[in-house]
Amino acid sequence: MAEKTFREAIIEAMAEEMRRDERVVLIGEDVGRFGGAMGASKGLFQEFGPSRVIDTPISEAAIIGSALGMALTGQRPIAELMFIDFAGVCMDQILNQVAKVRYMLGGQVKVPLVIRTQGGAGKGYAAQHSQSLEAWFTHVPGLKVVMPATPRDAKGLLKSAIRDDNPVMFIEHKLLYNNKGEVPEDPEFLIPLGKAEVKREGSDLTIVSHSRQVLNCLEAAEELSNQGIEAEVIDLRTLRPMDFDAVRASVEKTGRLVTVEEGYPQCGIGAEVVARIAEQCFESLDMPPIRIASKDTPIPFARVLEQETLPSPRRIVETVLAARRWVRRPQDQRLAV
Amino acid sequence: MSTSNSNLSPQTRIALYRQMVRIRKFEEKTHELYKAGRLTGMSPHLCIGEEASAVGVISALNPDDYILSTHRGHGHCLAKGAEMGKMYAELYGKETGYCRGRGGSMHIADVAQGNLGANGIVGAGLPIALGAGFSIQKRGTKQVVACFFGDAATNQGAFHEAMNMSKAFHLPVVWVCENNLYGLSTPIEKVAATRTLSDRAKGYAMPGITVDGMDVEAVRAVAEGAVSLARGGGGPTLLEVRTYRYFGHGASDHRPYRTREEEQGWWKRCPVANYRARLLAEGVATEAELAALEQEIDAEVEAGVAFAQSSPDPNPQESTLYVYTEG
Repeated sequence: MAEKTFREAIIEAMAEEMRRDERVVLIGEDVGRFGGAMGASKGLFQEFGPSRVIDTPISEAAIIGSALGMALTGQRPIAELMFIDFAGVCMDQILNQVAKVRYMLGGQVKVPLVIRTQGGAGKGYAAQHSQSLEAWFTHVPGLKVVMPATPRDAKGLLKSAIRDDNPVMFIEHKLLYNNKGEVPEDPEFLIPLGKAEVKREGSDLTIVSHSRQVLNCLEAAEELSNQGIEAEVIDLRTLRPMDFDAVRASVEKTGRLVTVEEGYPQCGIGAEVVARIAEQCFESLDMPPIRIASKDTPIPFARVLEQETLPSPRRIVETVLAARRWVRRPQDQRLAV
Repeated sequence: MSTSNSNLSPQTRIALYRQMVRIRKFEEKTHELYKAGRLTGMSPHLCIGEEASAVGVISALNPDDYILSTHRGHGHCLAKGAEMGKMYAELYGKETGYCRGRGGSMHIADVAQGNLGANGIVGAGLPIALGAGFSIQKRGTKQVVACFFGDAATNQGAFHEAMNMSKAFHLPVVWVCENNLYGLSTPIEKVAATRTLSDRAKGYAMPGITVDGMDVEAVRAVAEGAVSLARGGGGPTLLEVRTYRYFGHGASDHRPYRTREEEQGWWKRCPVANYRARLLAEGVATEAELAALEQEIDAEVEAGVAFAQSSPDPNPQESTLYVYTEG
């Protein structure tokens, strides 16, 4: 295993899959000679040439449509949507075309297509370049939604997404690209879609998160541990299909559920997780679930404002500690620190 | 026998007529079934009056060329080789339909015949056509994509993105704008910046040609030129096929936005009736031969409807089948 950045893991996943299968094509704005706005396709144009790494005009509907047309005619395209915010200008292609064509045609076609995009806040990019819109896409049958937190997961999940015969929204958080971690070099290293991972084991509390917030949760868990609370941190990794079994198994063990996400609270990922747990194992819950999300506002520019809107390790810790009042059973010492 | 200026063989001309009659009769029966309450859902968007466009363009394609169609797409589907029975079955929402009852009128397509799908969203097929063009270019297979859309689609952003990109990448696409003068009730002349929609090609440095969409041979002739250009690597062409839908947008549209006189004027230009008269006048076929052909198609329609009516409904337990490819 080698230490690699998240960005290198993404590039390596695409390069390996393009070597393995000549039907894999990358299309998007500035993905070719320039190597991608986030540098996440560096070197691919040089290796694979202009028929497999296609630089497009700024025409997002045409990019997604092109990818769909290629998928319907035997290619396995990866479309890069430079910012997830730009989904606003190609939502018809994603929502009404990509996600539905197989169903509308009664199964006549497969749609092996990945939309690689990038989202999240924290870099002072303001309201139109910082959003966490993953919940939108998890609402749509026909799409899969993947959001890795580590370089290892990024590589294994992206390779699986490229090999999947369904449309996958693969969302990279813009603050993760320079993060380093161990990444397997085996070209057959794959992480199956739809499987969560326990990133930290704990007995007192289940924290469910995805993407960059997983790292905040792990940091918060260390602080909670210092205070005698052992949190289990579950990284969903795939948001659709969502691995509710993994969440349920953890909640049945800990009796407490906290969700953390960078998206908005209303109808967010946490809302879905909490609803499912309430439906499936309400009796396991020893306290009301807690949802931690971004504040209900467009992402502001000024750093002090932006940081205030986002979940942070401190906010996670404080929220969990404040919830100790909900411990109902006096004999339960797990949170009585 | 009077002289003809057609350069097509009698066999080809009869095939064009046959295909137009198939579309006309398919649509007339569809209208009848809908009015009789036999079909559920949104009223079908009939292409009666537009037969020469579908037949003229698609007859200029090879069987392995692709098309993309629209919400008014039954004619394109038939002309690309679809069977009436599976089409009627789809209109009835039956398991034996092309889309196993999951699509309905606006989504009927036989992908195996190169029909990559009809579309319920105006202008949405154009970006998808680009991708088929990229595939062809990458494979070097010399196929062509014909992408149909209506006049109203030329006011959508997707149209302009696709026009630009098709030319920038010299994609093998023929853009076919079926200008039937109205987007539902809105006259295109009131909402388009150009009187002639093929003029829009100028902004994309590609040929733009307007053709009489009521003359199947004229449509075929310009389509052959555009197809040949695309196949040879010369890039896209925008064809504006001037046509007319004799019925409303859907069956519930009673056309208050246009006069009956206007409609009668267009009926005099009926692409099917006039072509029939021309074939007779030029001695290509006899009255008896054409009558026999029409009877055959009546029988095809009846058999298609019977197949649909006797077909099973989809299994309600399978409503979530085909959302994803499994495995």
